[in-house]
Parts: sequence; C-alpha cells; structure tokens
Amino acid sequence: MSAHPAVDTTEHSHPGAREYIQIGVVLTAITALEVAVYYLHPLRPVLPPILIALSAVKFALVVMFYMHLKFDNRLFTSMFLFGLVTAAFTALVFLGLFGYVHVAGAA
Amino acid sequence: MWAFLGSDCMFFGALIIAFLVYRAKWIGHPTPQDVFDIPYTSVSAFALLMSSLAMVLALAAIQRGDMRRLKIWLLVVAGLGLVFVGGQVYEFTSFGAEGLNLSTNTGGTTFFVLTGFHGTHVTLGIVWLLSLFVMASQGKLSQARSLDVEIAGLYWHFVDIVWIIIFTVVYLIPV
Repeated sequence: MSAHPAVDTTEHSHPGAREYIQIGVVLTAITALEVAVYYLHPLRPVLPPILIALSAVKFALVVMFYMHLKFDNRLFTSMFLFGLVTAAFTALVFLGLFGYVHVAGAA
Repeated sequence: MWAFLGSDCMFFGALIIAFLVYRAKWIGHPTPQDVFDIPYTSVSAFALLMSSLAMVLALAAIQRGDMRRLKIWLLVVAGLGLVFVGGQVYEFTSFGAEGLNLSTNTGGTTFFVLTGFHGTHVTLGIVWLLSLFVMASQGKLSQARSLDVEIAGLYWHFVDIVWIIIFTVVYLIPV
C-alpha cells in the first residue's frame, strides 16, 4: 500500500459498455413511461409536472453519463450550465411576461 | 464544443419559448393536438435516444482500438439518425396535408422553425458521422484520435437532449 494517497484529478475514467447499455435501458423505460402517462386521462391535471420531471431525469442521465459531464472537468459543466440556465431563466421570464407562469406576489 | 453547446442551448431555448407563447394564442384549426401522432413520434424519439447509446458504444470501441466495431456503431448511429429525419419529413408532409404548414399561423411558423432547425442539426450530425466513418474506413482515424469521435458524440448527444425537451414540451404536454 502506498504511503501517499492518490492525487485526486478532476477527470475520471468513463463508464464501460455495460453501464452505457444499463443507462440505455433506463432511458427506454422512462420514454415508455412518458407515453403511458400521456394516455392516462385521470393524470391530466398533473401531467405537465410529471412529464417535465421524467424528461429532466432523461436529460440528466444523457448529459452526465453519455456526455461524460459527471467525469469531466468542471469548466465544461460551467460552460454548458451557463447556456442552459440562461435559456431556462429567459424562458421563465418570457412565459411570466405572457402570463403563463404565475409569479408569487404578482398582481 | 462545450461553449458551442451552451450557446446552442440559448438558441433552442429561444425557439421553444416562441413556440410556447404562440401555441397558447393558436388561431383556427388544425391545432397541434389535432395532427400529432404521439405513437409515431414516440418511435422517432426512441430511435434518436438509441442512437445516443450507439454513439457511446462507438466511442468506447475507438478508445479500446476496435476499429471494426467503431465503423459498425457509427453506421448504426447515422442509420438511426436517418430514421429520425425520415420520420420528420413524413410527419411534416402529413401535417401539411392536414392543413398545418409554415404559414398557417404564427404557432405553425414557430413549430416548423423549431422542429426544422432541430432536424437540420440532426442532418448535419449524420454528415459528420458519415465523414468519420469514411475516415475510419480509409485508416485516417486511429485510437490516438478518439477525441474526434468524442467531440462528434457530444454534438450528437446534444441533439438528442434537445429532442428530449421538444418531445415533452411540444408534443406531450397539452395546451
């Protein structure tokens, strides 16, 4: 055993083929669930939050594992998140302006 | 590439916002819900999702120096991309036949611009992947150049995650 602890590098090894396939199975299952939920009429009132949550999980799985953002340098995460957060913030502002998002305290 | 993808997030974000705003002000028929064929679009979405899996398997192949599998997986990714684009062309044609086209109303314009730009991204990705396949076939792509495949893969996964959002927000969430 080494007397010195291993140096913690920012980048780590990528997943292997087995992990990629496991994630593919999960992505397929979530897609099937999304379509199934779409046809369940009793869930219509809560459909948007359920679908957004499911697609967010798919989005995160692809970005973290297939795009390797979980294992890569944090600078890449920052660059991507900057664009993503800016787009999401702009969306909320515009949808709020047009009255589709109710802002707490707004008239 | 990450800087480009970050900027492309803002680009698609603007197109999605425009569609959502104008969908709520939709005038006349057909509406998107009248013409959408969810089972059909689900199959297209599934094809694109599986192409992402094939893409990481192509990357894993070149990283271990398996050029034969790299070429197979690149062809699978491009093939699934073609299935998606072909499905979109069919979808656009059938929407047009039902009276929904680029000039139907502003909602129709934003729908076709959003999904059309995404389809253009997929088409460019297919050209990129086929170029890598040709390079690999000519022996110009080696294990040492796996970064070329990784960068193409980042772009490809990006068009996949954009479709994850479009499929949910545009197709599945009712007005």
